[in-house]
Amino acid sequence: MTAHAVRPARPRPVLPKLALTEAKLLIREPIALLWGLAFPMALLAVMGLTSPGPQADLGGLPLVAVYEPVLIAFISVAFAIQGLPGQLAGQRERRILRRLATTPVGPARVVAAQVVVNLAVALTATAGVLALGRIAFGVALPRQAAGFAVSYLLAAVSMLGLGMLIAALAPTGRTAGAVGTLLFFPLMFFAGLWTPGATMPAAAQRIGSYTPLGAAVHALQESMYGSWPHPAQLAVLAGYAVVFTAAAIRFFRWD
Amino acid sequence: MAVIEAEHVHKRYGGKIAVDDVSFTVAEGEIFGILGSNGAGKTTTVECLAGLRRPDRGRVRVLGMDPWRDARELRQQVGVQLQESDLPDKLTVAEVIGLYAAFYRAPADGAALLDLLGLGGARHTRYRKLSGGQKQRLSIALALIGRPRVAVLDELTTGLDPAARRSTWALVSGIRDQGVTIVLVTHFMDEAERLCDRVAVLDAGRVAALGSPAALAGRLGGGQRIRFRPSRPLDGRLLAGLPGVTGVSRTGGTVLVTGTEGALTAVTATLAREGIAAEQLRVEQPSLEDAFVALTGAAPKPAATAGVPRPLAQTLGGSR
Repeated sequence: MTAHAVRPARPRPVLPKLALTEAKLLIREPIALLWGLAFPMALLAVMGLTSPGPQADLGGLPLVAVYEPVLIAFISVAFAIQGLPGQLAGQRERRILRRLATTPVGPARVVAAQVVVNLAVALTATAGVLALGRIAFGVALPRQAAGFAVSYLLAAVSMLGLGMLIAALAPTGRTAGAVGTLLFFPLMFFAGLWTPGATMPAAAQRIGSYTPLGAAVHALQESMYGSWPHPAQLAVLAGYAVVFTAAAIRFFRWD
Repeated sequence: MAVIEAEHVHKRYGGKIAVDDVSFTVAEGEIFGILGSNGAGKTTTVECLAGLRRPDRGRVRVLGMDPWRDARELRQQVGVQLQESDLPDKLTVAEVIGLYAAFYRAPADGAALLDLLGLGGARHTRYRKLSGGQKQRLSIALALIGRPRVAVLDELTTGLDPAARRSTWALVSGIRDQGVTIVLVTHFMDEAERLCDRVAVLDAGRVAALGSPAALAGRLGGGQRIRFRPSRPLDGRLLAGLPGVTGVSRTGGTVLVTGTEGALTAVTATLAREGIAAEQLRVEQPSLEDAFVALTGAAPKPAATAGVPRPLAQTLGGSR
């Protein structure tokens, strides 16, 4: 029989293969991709086309400019909170991770590949929103690029940490998905999805600046216009990033 | 050479003892069965062999390695098929095999392995669309893709139809013929009788019996049963005193004689001398299932072929 015929051993890079597999799996979930990748850009395009000029109630900024950071927050929720936890908890529930634990590669690297692929697509979507805003509607790219990058990184880590925490605690993939959907509303409310920027009531704004995405949107907004984000916002984000990630590591189960 | 050695393995979860005291060895090229009812400690035992759990006490060696400490190297050489473990729905058979092949130093040829397992035609089918039997065979393929020296197969045929079970059994024999040592976890006695060279019967976390299925059946199964309808009324005392006969009973027109190996010869000789024909004569050998019930006091789950009366003599005598 040929199955056990000896073939020369050669080094096989496993991480690209894992990433490619995870990318294929993501592409085969078209709804998730439409929601996280295409929908934010479409929303930006609609806003840009329907209300192009500066608006007094938005502090004299055009709607698209105010919405860009909100949509970037939206992308992070779509992938880290609505996508990833359901995938991971489902893989644990169906003992896919357990099975991986019997192989030389183990489940940790597979989960890492999943996180990396989700992050890569979220970064692509973010770049897409920035590029569309710049090219189609003349919104300047972030002027304080370093501040923007730091804010984005902290926001991404806190959302990934929260997503991993959901995956750690939810018994099934369905539960994780439901929790993600439930969290979408408060997270995005304080990010300003329904009442962007200055249109949000003052009290809500104050509370919002202590939520992860409220703080993230403030920090991203400030760095878009050229100032370094307020340290308080970054501290809030860093706090969430540390707490969520630590809790996720503490509670994560492979089976 | 012993490929697997387990000595006094003990494992508890909280206050619950899963494995109390389990010892056995498995020789190279053997198909070794681990039998037991649900909760007898089968899965924990193989998880200790596979390095997925660390025993609280006792010693385990697989291919000379400590499965927990040398987990990395062990996993190159031990293929494991876990009970009820799924794969991503949207990957095709070929993609899964390709992915798992990349996990190992010197993998088997994935395409050839799929052909061998009768999955060649399903290469581009996504996991979700596979039948239960195809999923099970893919799971076996994944346990073999690293060209392991030891394969652990847990509840191999649960949920398969009788035809699929039989072809899976043939497959397992084929794998062994290539020199792979196989640990087969099952609660199907017919599967163990058909496939295993030796079995360990676990009961409440302990090894209740260890040996070949035939030896266990003969030793613990309660002897031979001879059943027939005599062509004319028969005095039971005529048979009761014969050498090897341990009991005679009558239900309606049917006589049941129990006894040891020699009983059949004595009974047929006596009937012939008396000019009595034995109609509908059936001789039932004790089966592993009888031994299992005697050992554990528990009835094992009926096999997938249940409903069809199983001529036990055929199961044991026919294939051996």
